[in-house]
Formats: sequence, structure tokens, C-alpha cells
Amino acid sequence: MTEHLVLRVISKLLIPPILLFALYVQMHGDYGPGGGFQAGVIFAAGLVLYGLVFGTAAVRAVAPPRLLVVIACLGVLLYAGVGVASMIGGGAFLEYGALSADATHGNHVGIIIIEIGVGIAVAAVMTIIFSVLAEWR
Amino acid sequence: MIATHLPVLQVAVPLIAAPVCVLLRRGNYAWAFTTVVCWGLLAIAALLLDQVMSGGTISYRLGGWVPPIGIEYRLDGVNAFVLLILAGTAALMMPYARETVEREVRPGRQHLFYAIFLLALTGLLGITATGDVFNIYVFLEISSLASYVLIAQGQRRRALTASYQYLIVGTIGASLILIGVGFLYAKTGTLNIADLAVRVPALGETPAVLAAFAFITVGVLIKLALFPFHVWLPNAYAYAPSMVSAFLAATATKVGAYMLLRFVFTVFGIHFAFETLPLTEILLALSLIAVLAGSLVAVFQTDLKRLLAFSSVGQIGYLGVGIGLASVTGVTGALVHVFNHALMKGGLFLAAGAIACRLGATDLSALHGLGRRMPFTMAAVVIGGLGLVGVPITAGFVSKWYLVQAAFEEGLWPVALFVLAGSLIALAYVGRVIEAAYFRAAPPDAEPVREAPWAMQLSTWAMIAGSIYFGLHTDLTVGIAERAAAALLGGAP
Repeated sequence: MTEHLVLRVISKLLIPPILLFALYVQMHGDYGPGGGFQAGVIFAAGLVLYGLVFGTAAVRAVAPPRLLVVIACLGVLLYAGVGVASMIGGGAFLEYGALSADATHGNHVGIIIIEIGVGIAVAAVMTIIFSVLAEWR
Repeated sequence: MIATHLPVLQVAVPLIAAPVCVLLRRGNYAWAFTTVVCWGLLAIAALLLDQVMSGGTISYRLGGWVPPIGIEYRLDGVNAFVLLILAGTAALMMPYARETVEREVRPGRQHLFYAIFLLALTGLLGITATGDVFNIYVFLEISSLASYVLIAQGQRRRALTASYQYLIVGTIGASLILIGVGFLYAKTGTLNIADLAVRVPALGETPAVLAAFAFITVGVLIKLALFPFHVWLPNAYAYAPSMVSAFLAATATKVGAYMLLRFVFTVFGIHFAFETLPLTEILLALSLIAVLAGSLVAVFQTDLKRLLAFSSVGQIGYLGVGIGLASVTGVTGALVHVFNHALMKGGLFLAAGAIACRLGATDLSALHGLGRRMPFTMAAVVIGGLGLVGVPITAGFVSKWYLVQAAFEEGLWPVALFVLAGSLIALAYVGRVIEAAYFRAAPPDAEPVREAPWAMQLSTWAMIAGSIYFGLHTDLTVGIAERAAAALLGGAP
């Protein structure tokens, strides 16, 4: 898409706010509309736009597929890890209250870590799906 | 302390292990890790069954939320027994997995194969362990999606269409279950099975409950692959990789039978399903057609794996007969058959995979003279096959004994007759395999064939030996199944 100057310039302008907005939705998830899944999809949408305009090779350079797979796995493990940590803390699986001496504080910490796990896993998987479909021969 | 967390560990451990397998990146490392995980799961399942048998129902509050608001894992004799079957099958198949996955799955994908396998196992264990109907749907999707991927890994291109067919049919089944669950939730405001068991019968015969019952029953029958919903099964089992055929044949339909038991007996109640509605007549009619038609079609198959797959359609009919009779003896027979058929059919599919690994094909014509060329593997096929027929001292005899007895208790002697007729037809298809392997000489230009690798034989023989052991020692299986059946028919879970 080298000839579409307007598209290139506008998407260059748009992509950073999209990624930033994803982080905003991520961190607001625990007391406003939003959360890990939505944030992950928005973040991936930024990368997808980048890929559509500048080509999938450009996405590969920023986010190598091998790295994305590792991130997706780490996201799941982060989620499950909170569950295990709360069991070690004396609660049930995923009982965040047990993460800290103060149950309210524990709930807060637990939900934020879990949402981060969801966020990075969803962003990575969405980008992988886009790359696989876009590079299908 | 860890003992109280066993119900959730049963499901969470394979879920955590799956991404770890992806990160291990090497097929061998992933295999070793999966083996450790599966034997650990078997230990957990055995401990849980022991806890349930000695201490009664176990309830685990996920996230510390009190049921019926939070998700509850609830284990009684029925699902603890099924958990043991699932974990045991996975553990026994692991030695086999390495040999066959190295041969059948592309090198760069072997670690991913184990990850998906663990996810399928997670889904099946989750459906069984949970006490929440929406959770059942979620785990059903996890196990189904993983199964579609596993089936598509088959070496022949037809594996892709088989997997796609299963995807379409399976998705319809799961959606029907979800619609039914939605009706129940709209009417009762709860998703907890124990809570539904109290509230649904109180609603009586309202249209919403009837609709929920219809949607859920049909959806579960699709997953169970009872006639006429079996069309996805033969292709899926025939074209999947050997390990996957054996694992799914031994577990996936068994979990379907468990779901049917749980929804019909616990959620809707025996009175509603069998007295208000004619579920006995419907299930018996469909099951007997499945027994006869499935077995008859199996007789005319020319490929060993397809023959075994159609035999599964027939054997699922026996499960339907036991459930449809809705008596303690009938449900005992069905539960015992779930266990015994998992051993027999798992062992047979493993043996078929061992043959495919050495011959490259499982056509009956390729089996000529194989009784001499691969004596141990073929002996396993014969013993497993005799189990399908229901010859005394094999496990298949025990389950059929209970089914026939249950039919006589209800005074339905034609049902007993059909069950016995099914056995005779099974003799015909097992006979065809034996004839090809033992009574036909190998073609003179046949290449020499070695016996299957020892690890594959170890798994195969472990399952087949199990089917003999549990044919002789019925205390464990029948004892547990009888208590579980009595609990199911007694009403409260």
C-alpha cells in the first residue's frame, strides 16, 4: 500500500492512541467498563491495522510469532498462577482475598493480575490468528 | 491441606500443564511432562474416589464463593468413578503416545499435540467434576474444540473433513445444550446442579421446562453419538491419529453418557423424565436400533478402524439401554459398561494403531496372515474383540449380564433378546478380523513385518489385561457403580 499516502499517515497517527487506549481499558477494568479481554482485542486491533497498511512482515518485525506464542502461554499461566497462589495463601482456587492479609486488598491485587494475564494472552492470540490468516497461501 | 483442594486440582493441573507443554518446545520433553501430569491426575482421581466412597459427597467452592451463587465442584460416586476412568485412560495411553506421535504428527508440532491433548483432557475432566450447568457447557466447548484439532492431525486428508463434520455436528449439539441451560436459568435463576435438582421438579410440566429438557437431551445425545446422531463418529475415529482415536473412543462418548445421567436423573428427576415423559420408550428404541444397525454396519466394513468405530456406535446403544431402563440394575449396567467399554475399545484402537504403525494401513485385506507376523498385537485384538462380544471372563460379559438382568426385571424380555442379538452380530464382525488375521495366508510377496514397539504393546496390553481383570474381579467396578446408581435414582445427588 505504498501509494496510499493518506492511509499511511492517518494510521501512523491512529495506532499509538489505539495501543494507549488498550492500556487504559486494561487498567480501568476493575472499576469501570473494560477489562483484559477488551483491552487485548483493542491492542491487537492496533497491530492488525499496522499489518493491513504496512504488511504482515512489519508486524512480524515488531511482534515475532514465537514471542507471541510465549506471551499467550504466559498469560494463561499468570491467570492460573493467581489461582495457585490463592490456594497457597490458604483460600480456595482463585479466592483472591487470600492473596493478602487484608481481603479487600487481596481482591484488588488478584483481579488486576488476572486481567493482565487475560489481556496479554488475548492480544497475542488475536495477533497470531491475524498473521496466520493473512499469510495463508 | 492439599487434600481439600483435590477436586479443583483434578481440572486445573492439566489446564496449567497445557501452556507449559507449548513452552517446552520439544516433543520429547512435552511427552515426559504430560506423562508425569497424567499419572498425577490418576493419583488425584483415585484419592478423590476413595474420599467419596468413605466420606460421601465432596463440595469445593471455586474462588471461595458460596454455592449456589458461586461455581461449585461437586463429586459423588458417579462422577468420581468417571474421573477415574478418564484419568486412568490418559495415564495408560502415555507410553503409547510417544511412539505414535513421533510417527504420525509433524515434527514441529509434536509439543503442540500434547498441549491440545491436555486441553481435551481438561475439558472432559471439567465436565465431569463441575456441579454447575453453565460450567459444563464451557468445558464441553474446551474439550470439543481440542478434539476437533486432534482429529484434524490425522495423516490422511480425509481427517480434515472428518474433523470439520464433527465440528459442525458438535457445535449444534453444544448450542442445543446451551439453549436448554438458558431456559432452566430463565425459569429458576440458578445454574447450580444441586439447586436445580430442588427447583426444577417444583416447576412441574411447564413449557419452558419441557423445552429445556428437549434441547438438553437432544444436545447430549449428539455428544453421546447415540443413533441417529452418530454420523460424525465413524469418520472422526477412523481418520484421527491412532492415539486420538483410542483416547476419544475410550473417553469422549463416556462423558456424554455421564452428562445424560446427570441431566436426566439429577436435574430433571426420574419422575419427570420417565413417568411424565416417555424417555424410556424413546431411549430404548433408539438404543436398540443403534445396537443392531451399528453392529450390522460394522460387519461390512473393510477397514479395521472403521469397523471398530461402527462397533462403538453399537456399544453406545448398550449404554442407552441401561440408562433408558431407569432402574438401579440398568444404570449399574450402563456405568459398568462405561468403564469396561473404555478399557476394551481403548485397547482395540491402540492395537489397530500398532498395526497401522507397522503396516501403514488397517485394511482387513492387509491383515492377512498377521496372526503369525504380529502375534502379540493380534492376540490383544482377539481378546478385546471377545470382550465386545461379551464372552464370559471378559469385562464385556459383566456389563451385558447386568443389562440383560435389568431388562428381565422390567419384564422387557424383547430388550434382552435384542442385547443378545447384538452380541451375535459382534461375533460376526470380530470373526471377520480373526478370519483375516489367522485363517488367510499372507501374500507371498509380503514384506516382513516386525512386532509393534514394546511401549505401544505395553499400553495396549495394559488396557486389554484390565478388561480381563475386571471381567473376573467385579467387586470394584460393580460395587462402585451400584452405589452410584442407587444414589442417582434416590434423587438427591
